[in-house]
Amino acid sequence: MTPLLSIDELTKRFGGLTAVDRISFSMEEGEAVALLGPNGSGKTTVLNMISGHLPASAGRIRLGGTTISGLPAHRIAHHGVARTFQLVRVLPSLSVEENVLAAIRFRVRPASAAEADEEARSLLERVGLAGRGGEPAAALTYIDQKRMELARALGSRPSLLLLDEWLAGLNPSELRIGIDLIARLNDTGMTVLLVEHVMDAVRALCPRAIVMNAGRKIADGATAEVLKDPEVVRAYLGESDAVA
Amino acid sequence: MRTVIGFALAGVVLAGLAVAPLYLGPYGTGLLIGMTGYVTLASAWAMFSGPTRFVSLATVAFFGIGAYTMAVLYESLPYPLVLAVAALVGLVVALVVGLSTLRLAGVYFVIFTFGLAELVRQLVTWYEVNVTGTLGRYLFVSFGSEVIYWQLLGLCAATFLIAWVIGRSRIGLALKVIGDDEVVAVHCGISTARVKLALFAVSSVIITLVGAIQAPRWTYIEPLIVFNPTVSFLTLIMALLGGAGRLWGPLVGAVPLFLLFEWLSANFPDHYSIILGLLFMAIVFVLPKGVLEFAETGLRRLRRRPPQDGSATVAGKEVEG
Repeated sequence: MTPLLSIDELTKRFGGLTAVDRISFSMEEGEAVALLGPNGSGKTTVLNMISGHLPASAGRIRLGGTTISGLPAHRIAHHGVARTFQLVRVLPSLSVEENVLAAIRFRVRPASAAEADEEARSLLERVGLAGRGGEPAAALTYIDQKRMELARALGSRPSLLLLDEWLAGLNPSELRIGIDLIARLNDTGMTVLLVEHVMDAVRALCPRAIVMNAGRKIADGATAEVLKDPEVVRAYLGESDAVA
Repeated sequence: MRTVIGFALAGVVLAGLAVAPLYLGPYGTGLLIGMTGYVTLASAWAMFSGPTRFVSLATVAFFGIGAYTMAVLYESLPYPLVLAVAALVGLVVALVVGLSTLRLAGVYFVIFTFGLAELVRQLVTWYEVNVTGTLGRYLFVSFGSEVIYWQLLGLCAATFLIAWVIGRSRIGLALKVIGDDEVVAVHCGISTARVKLALFAVSSVIITLVGAIQAPRWTYIEPLIVFNPTVSFLTLIMALLGGAGRLWGPLVGAVPLFLLFEWLSANFPDHYSIILGLLFMAIVFVLPKGVLEFAETGLRRLRRRPPQDGSATVAGKEVEG
């Protein structure tokens, strides 16, 4: 079986700096994988290249056998990649429901206007924003903006969901709700790649983790094993601490 | 139901405006032509520039293209066909310009469109001087100024109808998303380049038609008249004054400003451009989002004011914060 996502020697250079250095990995359909690493290790850049927000300098990204690297972002969205952003991006002058409709009405097989409204309502209910569709998106609290952004990503009916620190900044009870939400999505068969610093969430959600450091992949395997890997520990804690 | 009433009301107003020349005489009709022309220009401009926030100064390029197409062809082709050709020329230029420039960001787009208007003017001047050996052209049409006015009024109504339909359509939603955050737009699957190009084309064709329909009114045209950059600036400031993000915004801005400019140019011909410049600055400083939005925000504040009701104040604070 071909993997859902396969990334081959993916590289991103910003001038003289190599932010992502020949990364390769693949994901099976239905998998939930965490992409870990210290700040600046290139995780978000990898997500940006998968979603088409940034063009790759070299390498190839395939989704279900189709090469999507090099395509414009809206075509990649049509191929089935949806995402949330590290710094939440709401459409402030639109209502909560319109934010979600934007995705529903512009995916490959857009719903008709009436069906779309119904679908937006049910997606908002799913993320815990039932009955809030008419509110201006700019007025939502931080957690609710994150919920809305997730509903918008789901509105595209993606085959691959990219979550960029979606759980960051949530308080413990919100965190439990958030983890639950992603777990249920994954249970229904959604393939999820998440960049995350909240380790409890990573352990709870992702059986597999990939670790990056300074643009390179330094570990890839079962989450518990990977987190014990001396090189990973060194990357997180810094060279001198690990030696001492 | 509200839509039906709205359309009925618009129909009555339109009928009233249509019979106005019969009572107003030539000066009044002339004013109506100018006013309707600018309302159409400002509405067409806002159709593209309002939601995308791409400020175009190419208005007069298309306006002049329309006027010149009319002047060159009106003797050799039936009038409706000349309009069709003008619209087609406008469309082709809009598509070429759009494809090559809509990727430009903000200020570069503004400068490019300004340059485009100048380029077209120079090209037409060069062609007239070197190839046809003239600089101006005469236009004598067999119909009177009321007919010019009725055509403009029809085009104006069509422009509002198109803007209204777009606002309620899928493209309207796409435009709102693009205006808010283009990155989100593409990640939702919106082909932003195609949406912008389509809107730019529709807007430019309408502007071209305004030029074509208005051209016979001058009876004599030359590049300096029909490619006068003031047309672009006036259109822009009218749309901004009313509010480029609203259907009625350009109308609200265009009518008073047009009358003001008429009065200024009649009474202060020497200081006209200075006053114009000061007015531009004042509008951008005082009402950056336009009269309509200013009025709406003000109304909402007033409604929220009743001090005995504590919950209203809290809700108000929440929205503002």
